[in-house]
Amino acid sequence: MSFLAKYIGQKVKRTEDPRLIQGLGHYVDDIRLADTLHVAFVRSPHAHARILSTKTEAAKNAPGVVAVYTGADIAGKIGLVPCAAAAPDMKKPDYPVLAIGKVAFVGQTVAAVVATDKYKARDAAELIEVDYEPLEVVTDIEAAARPDSPVIHEELGTNVGWLYQAGSGDIDAAFAQADKVVSLRLVHQRLIPTAMEPRGVLAQYFPGEQQLNVWSSTQIPHLLRTTLAAMLGVPENRLRVIAPEVGGGFGSKLNVYAEEALLGWIAMQLGKPVKWIESRRENMLATIHGRGQTGTVEVAVKNDGTLLGLRYNVIYDLGAYLQLLTPAIPTLTGLMLSGCYKIPAIQLNCTQVYTNKVATDAYRGAGRPEATYLIERVMDRVAAELGMDPVELRRRNFPKPEEFPFATAAGLVYDSGDYEKALNKALEVVDYKKLREEQAKARAEGRLVGIGVSTYVEICAVGPSVMLPSGGWDSATVRVEPSGKATVLTGVSPHGQGEETAFAQIVGDMLGIDLNDVLVVHGDTDRVQYGIGTFGSRGLAIGGTAVAVATERIVAKAKKLAAHILQTDEESLTFENGRFVGAPNDRTMTIQEVAFHAHQAHNIPPDFEPGLVATYFFEPKNCTFPFGTHICVAEVDKETGDVKILRYLAVDDCGRQINPLLVAGQVHGGIAQGMAQALFEEAVYDENGQLLTGELMDYAFPKAYQLPRFELDHTETPTPVNPLGAKGVGEAGTIGATPAVANAVIDALAPLGVKHVDLPLRPEKLWRLIN
Amino acid sequence: MKIRLTINGRNYEGDVEPRLLLVHFIRDVLGLTGTHIGCETSICGACTVLLNGSAVKSCAVLAVQADGAEITTIEGLAQNGELHAVQEGFWEKHGLQCGYCTPGMIISSCALLKDNPSPTESDIRHGLEGNLCRCTGYQHIVDAVQYAAEKLKAQGAKAD
Repeated sequence: MSFLAKYIGQKVKRTEDPRLIQGLGHYVDDIRLADTLHVAFVRSPHAHARILSTKTEAAKNAPGVVAVYTGADIAGKIGLVPCAAAAPDMKKPDYPVLAIGKVAFVGQTVAAVVATDKYKARDAAELIEVDYEPLEVVTDIEAAARPDSPVIHEELGTNVGWLYQAGSGDIDAAFAQADKVVSLRLVHQRLIPTAMEPRGVLAQYFPGEQQLNVWSSTQIPHLLRTTLAAMLGVPENRLRVIAPEVGGGFGSKLNVYAEEALLGWIAMQLGKPVKWIESRRENMLATIHGRGQTGTVEVAVKNDGTLLGLRYNVIYDLGAYLQLLTPAIPTLTGLMLSGCYKIPAIQLNCTQVYTNKVATDAYRGAGRPEATYLIERVMDRVAAELGMDPVELRRRNFPKPEEFPFATAAGLVYDSGDYEKALNKALEVVDYKKLREEQAKARAEGRLVGIGVSTYVEICAVGPSVMLPSGGWDSATVRVEPSGKATVLTGVSPHGQGEETAFAQIVGDMLGIDLNDVLVVHGDTDRVQYGIGTFGSRGLAIGGTAVAVATERIVAKAKKLAAHILQTDEESLTFENGRFVGAPNDRTMTIQEVAFHAHQAHNIPPDFEPGLVATYFFEPKNCTFPFGTHICVAEVDKETGDVKILRYLAVDDCGRQINPLLVAGQVHGGIAQGMAQALFEEAVYDENGQLLTGELMDYAFPKAYQLPRFELDHTETPTPVNPLGAKGVGEAGTIGATPAVANAVIDALAPLGVKHVDLPLRPEKLWRLIN
Repeated sequence: MKIRLTINGRNYEGDVEPRLLLVHFIRDVLGLTGTHIGCETSICGACTVLLNGSAVKSCAVLAVQADGAEITTIEGLAQNGELHAVQEGFWEKHGLQCGYCTPGMIISSCALLKDNPSPTESDIRHGLEGNLCRCTGYQHIVDAVQYAAEKLKAQGAKAD
């Protein structure tokens, strides 16, 4: 694939920004339709209770109220909230869009009030009286798995939803041959994704046309359309889903929610537009959470540091119900259990349990941060037990560049990698040897300074299609309009990643036209051919490849027409800087001129199809595996337990970089979230299933002054999986950062005999350990 | 209750419920939707506007409290089609991703630079503690504010 490197590889400023920095973008709540009604929800205040009765009369009679709906009104009329990732042998409860008979988590939708304005809707929601009979609450995942635990879903007879095993190799032999077995119990605390824009839905129905339009703050407009069509019984071709400007997702909007279906249904009942905008409190209670695993990792190792086997026994917190991909998240952990090491035998034993909490699902990294954290933590433990430097232990177990494609015992084939190169670069940038000397000096002065290294590999751009319930491809249509302006319709659905810019860079270079002459359209199922969406760091590697291949086809077609008009053969023409050259008499044609002729069709070859448009659906034959090394230097204040990050370096290899500015932005944001998991964030429920961190007042969302300046560097190992050579970078920072920070803080505490501390590493916890 | 106020240099009159929040007045009554809502506890800062020159969270002010006030929202920053230096900084330095926190972040940065035209990195990070961003990790936001500080100083020097 040939590019003109005017844009690709350059730090191009974003084309999205002019509207966003002037407040002129349109998020769901910014879309205003005449006569819109507003919806407020009554949500369960109990984590587990039977609903004895619901009194709605007062609400129905309140000023401005148009309708009130409860579970009884929707039973059998709206399909269940779907899960696309439940294995056939999984025990799964029904999840109606409004609770019927009982509630199983605080925040579950119980009733919906529709009124002429949002204040009135909320006033009326207060008037609904629900009589609950509280039931025993199950919040602890280890307790939930025990046979004597109260059962949340009686019809299932157990809280254990699924027992899942994965891995290969002779695990018993590995442990039998080991010189040493190192084990570590780890908690991956629940996190709240907290996109700055909460969810929101606007729905409008046209009874004559039988057309339902749904605007939703989603990462997956097409998949949402398909599932909503099934839930509502609306023909899919009469349902239009629009993801307008979307204010962040991080996986939390990679889902199909009760509210989305309910708003569509209410719009159809009332024949007026209806809107619901999630409050932050609702967002924290009822939008999916991430992580939620407690497990023990055991590693079989030889005295020289060679890894022989790894076993991970884990209990995973599903929450009360299954959302779209809930049970799949720990399967990703299982797939990444080899990390960036050669481990001949791997075994995952995963017990998935229901608890009285909101469902977990994909949050930035989705299963991979868990894998990386457990491996990178246990590698430090192994190094300590063997008296080795943690860097040397890692280096010893890397596959060499010539061993790629590299098959792991966890069941994947890594595409390409040079792990030692990224490690060496990181060590060189920080001057690792000197760092250790400085640390020794600091320790001699009684300071608690630690160095944490994490070498990670992750899985992105998942394909081929059999690996995802939705399919693993994505699509692009590229058209050159008669004027020569290019329009790209992409099946991915960016919400902050900057793909409008990245895709314009690709098309601009391939067509030799100005970046600003390329319009990238996304997120509207009536404008864009079917696509899968933006998640799992797939947008560029899969969606971008589709764009590039479609553009290549445009150029090939344009060449045919140019040769015809220039009265020469195609072979003698070359396409340079947007112009076909090489014809006799130095005649040339620009792509714009060709586009005009392709549409006018007055002078085309006999077999030439008018127009200049190409559509391509790209399905990768494998996933991509970005990797890198993160190094953190941290100091713990003995007096307060506060952690100060003295230095943070990330050397990431995401393959070919189309726009280093966007790459840096993704890595920064990723590190911030990973570091925040290590130091601050935790969704805390009390024993009654009440979310104690249910507002931004209480949830430890990181602020600017709590984060350090990050140093970035990179190596570039292109992937052979797609012609762009791009691997994906949306989640790398999050995956690499948590273990780097944890390893640094725990290394700082090592002189006190501390071997492990569970996250988050908050001052109080550390202060208690020190004192 | 009747209120009168000036927003982005234009005069507005409204008859509002006493409980109406200023942010809802700006967004829902006037249709200026660049000011966003990210929480209801005045923590996130997405709704920040300039009220008589000071950065305030418009979700924590009643519309009636703003009677007689002069307000600047994100839509009022660019003048005669030219971006404000802070807007330019956010664009130049990739200070935004999803863009949702951006209007509030830019408005707070304007107020910060008015009080402290030459802020250190630490000044900026502490000065923006009332504005949350989930996308950027804040580093490019700091760079954007530093860029704007330089630009404003250069503009000031030119004006002198």
